[in-house]
Amino acid sequence: MIEASGVSWRYGASPVIDGVTVTARPGRVLGLIGPNGSGKTTLLRLLYGALRSSTGKVTVDGGELGTLTPREAARRMAVVVQETGGETALTVAEMVLLGRNPHLSAFQRTGRDDHEIAARCLTRVGATHLAARPFAGLSGGERQRVLIARALAQEATHLLLDEPTNHLDIRYQHEILRLVRGLGTCSIVVLHDLNLAARYCDDLVLLGTGGVVAAGPAADVLDPEVLEPVYGIGIRRLDLEGELHLLFHPITRCGCGS
Amino acid sequence: MLGVGVQQRRTALWLLGLAAGLLATGLIAVGTGAVAISPVTVARIIGHQLSGAGTVTWTPPQEAIVWQVRLPRVLLGMLVGAGLAVCGVALQAMVRNVLADPYLLGINSGASSGAAAAILFGAGAAFGSHALPTSAFLGALAASLLVFLIARGGGRVTSVRLLLAGVAVGYALYATTSFLIFASGSAEGARSVMFWLLGSLSLARWDALLAVAALVIGGTVAYLTVVGRQLDALAVGDETAHTLGVSPDRFRVRLLVIVSLCVGVLVSASGSIGFVGLVVPHLARRLVGAPHVRVVPVAALLGAILLLGADVIARVLLAPQEIPIGIITALLGAPFLLVLIRRLHATKGI
Repeated sequence: MIEASGVSWRYGASPVIDGVTVTARPGRVLGLIGPNGSGKTTLLRLLYGALRSSTGKVTVDGGELGTLTPREAARRMAVVVQETGGETALTVAEMVLLGRNPHLSAFQRTGRDDHEIAARCLTRVGATHLAARPFAGLSGGERQRVLIARALAQEATHLLLDEPTNHLDIRYQHEILRLVRGLGTCSIVVLHDLNLAARYCDDLVLLGTGGVVAAGPAADVLDPEVLEPVYGIGIRRLDLEGELHLLFHPITRCGCGS
Repeated sequence: MLGVGVQQRRTALWLLGLAAGLLATGLIAVGTGAVAISPVTVARIIGHQLSGAGTVTWTPPQEAIVWQVRLPRVLLGMLVGAGLAVCGVALQAMVRNVLADPYLLGINSGASSGAAAAILFGAGAAFGSHALPTSAFLGALAASLLVFLIARGGGRVTSVRLLLAGVAVGYALYATTSFLIFASGSAEGARSVMFWLLGSLSLARWDALLAVAALVIGGTVAYLTVVGRQLDALAVGDETAHTLGVSPDRFRVRLLVIVSLCVGVLVSASGSIGFVGLVVPHLARRLVGAPHVRVVPVAALLGAILLLGADVIARVLLAPQEIPIGIITALLGAPFLLVLIRRLHATKGI
C-alpha cells in the first residue's frame, strides 16, 4: 500500500502538484490520468522518491519513504521510468539483471537464482529472444518490454509505471497492461489512454490544474461530465458487454455543428 | 540461459591472459634500455631481491639497474596506466559520455599549475626532493575542490554541471600555467614545464611517492570493481539508478572524491599522459562487454600494459634521449580512437 498525503511540488513559482492525497491499495491497479501538464509524472516521481515533497508525506507499507534507505525503497517499489538509457552498451540480459541490484550486497555477484529470475521475467514480457542483443539497438517497443522485465526482476511489492504503453503497438499495449493486472501486486500506472485506463485500472485519480479533480473506482471517475471540462473534449460513454468504452469528439465552439 | 556464464568465463580468460601479458611486458620493459638485460635474468634478479633465492649470475651494476632504476619506473608505469584507465571508465559512466577522460575535471590543469610553480618559482621547496609532485598534487587538489564547489552550486552534482565546471576550471588553470611560464621569462624553465606536461615516469624511485601511488590506485581499482553494478545503473541514467536503489547524487559525489584523489596522485607522479584514460575503457568494453564489474579490472590491466609499452618506445626510439611519454600515447591513441569511431558508426550508426 502506498499512501501520499498532502504532497506538493512546484517548478519555479507555479505549483504543479499542490497538497495532493492519493492511496494505492494492495492488490489493485491505480491509474493516474489527466491532460498534458497536469502533473501525472511529477506525482509519480513524488511517490517513488525521485522528488521529495516539502509538505505532507509518502508511506510505503506503513514505512515513511524518507526514512527508507535507497535499497530498501527499491525492494518495495520497482519503477519503469520514461528515461530510455539509449546510450548504454549493456545487453538486454544485463539490463534485466540490473533489477537484482537491490537484493545483492556490495560484494555479492549475480548468481544462478538471479539469472533464472531474469530469464523468467524476459519470458513473461515475450522478449526471451532479445536476451543477447544490445539494449541500445532495440526498437522503442522492445525497450519498453525489457524495462518492464527489469522491474519484474526487482520482485518488489509495488510496481510503478510511467506511461508504459508509450511506443508500443496496440497489441503490446494490451499485453503489457494485462500482465501488470495479472501480477496482483499493488500497481500505479500513469496512462494517457482513457480506454486502457477503463479496462485495466481498478481505481483512478484524475489530475487537473494543481490537483486531484476526481478519485475513486474507475467507472465513477470516467464520467463524461467529470472528464469533459478537464480535457476540453466531448466524450460519449458506451457500456458494451460489461466493458466501458469512451468515444471522443471535438467540442465545436461556434455552435454550427460538425 | 542468458549467456551470462559464457561471458564470465570469457572475462576470466581475458583477465588471466592480460595478467600474464602484463608480467611479460613488465619483465621486457625492465630489461630494455641502454644496458639490455634478458627477461629471465630480470626475473631472477627480482626474485633474488625479494626472497634471497637463486644463485647470482649477474653483475652488481646489472642488479642496480634492474632494482634501483628500472623496476620502480616500470611499477609506476603499471600503476599510472591502470589508474588512468579505471578513472576514465568511472568518468565515462558518471557523465554518460564516451568521450570523457580522466582530465575532464580539470584536475591535470591544476596539477600543471602546481608543477609550473614548483619548476619555475621553487614552490614547495620545503618538501625537498618531493617538491615537484607535492606542489602538483596541491594544485590538483585545489582544482578538484573548485570543480566540486562549482558543480555543487545548485545543491546537486549533476553530470552536466560536472562537465561544465570541469571545463571552466580546466581552462582557467591552463591560463594560469601559461601565465606562470610567460612571467618567469626562463626558456629553460619553460622547457622543463613543457616536458613535465607531456608526461614522464622518470621521477620513479623506491620512495613514499611510489607507495602512495600503489595504495591510492590499487584502492581505486578495487573500489570501482566492487561498485561495478552501481556504476552500470548510473551509466543508464540518474532516474534508473534511483529506482534501483542507488542514490545518484550521493554516489556521484563519492566517485568524484575517489577519482579526483586518484587522478591527482597519478598526475603528480607522472604529468598528464593523454589518451590512455580515453581509449582503454572502449577497448575493455569491446573485449568483455559493458558491465563495470568486468570492465574495470580488464581496463586496469590493459591500461598498465599500454602505458608500459608506450614508456619502452619513449625510452628507445631516440635513445639516449627520452621522448615524453604523452607524445607516444597520443600517437598510438589517436588512430586507435578513429578506428573505434568507424566501428561504432558501422555497428550502431552513431
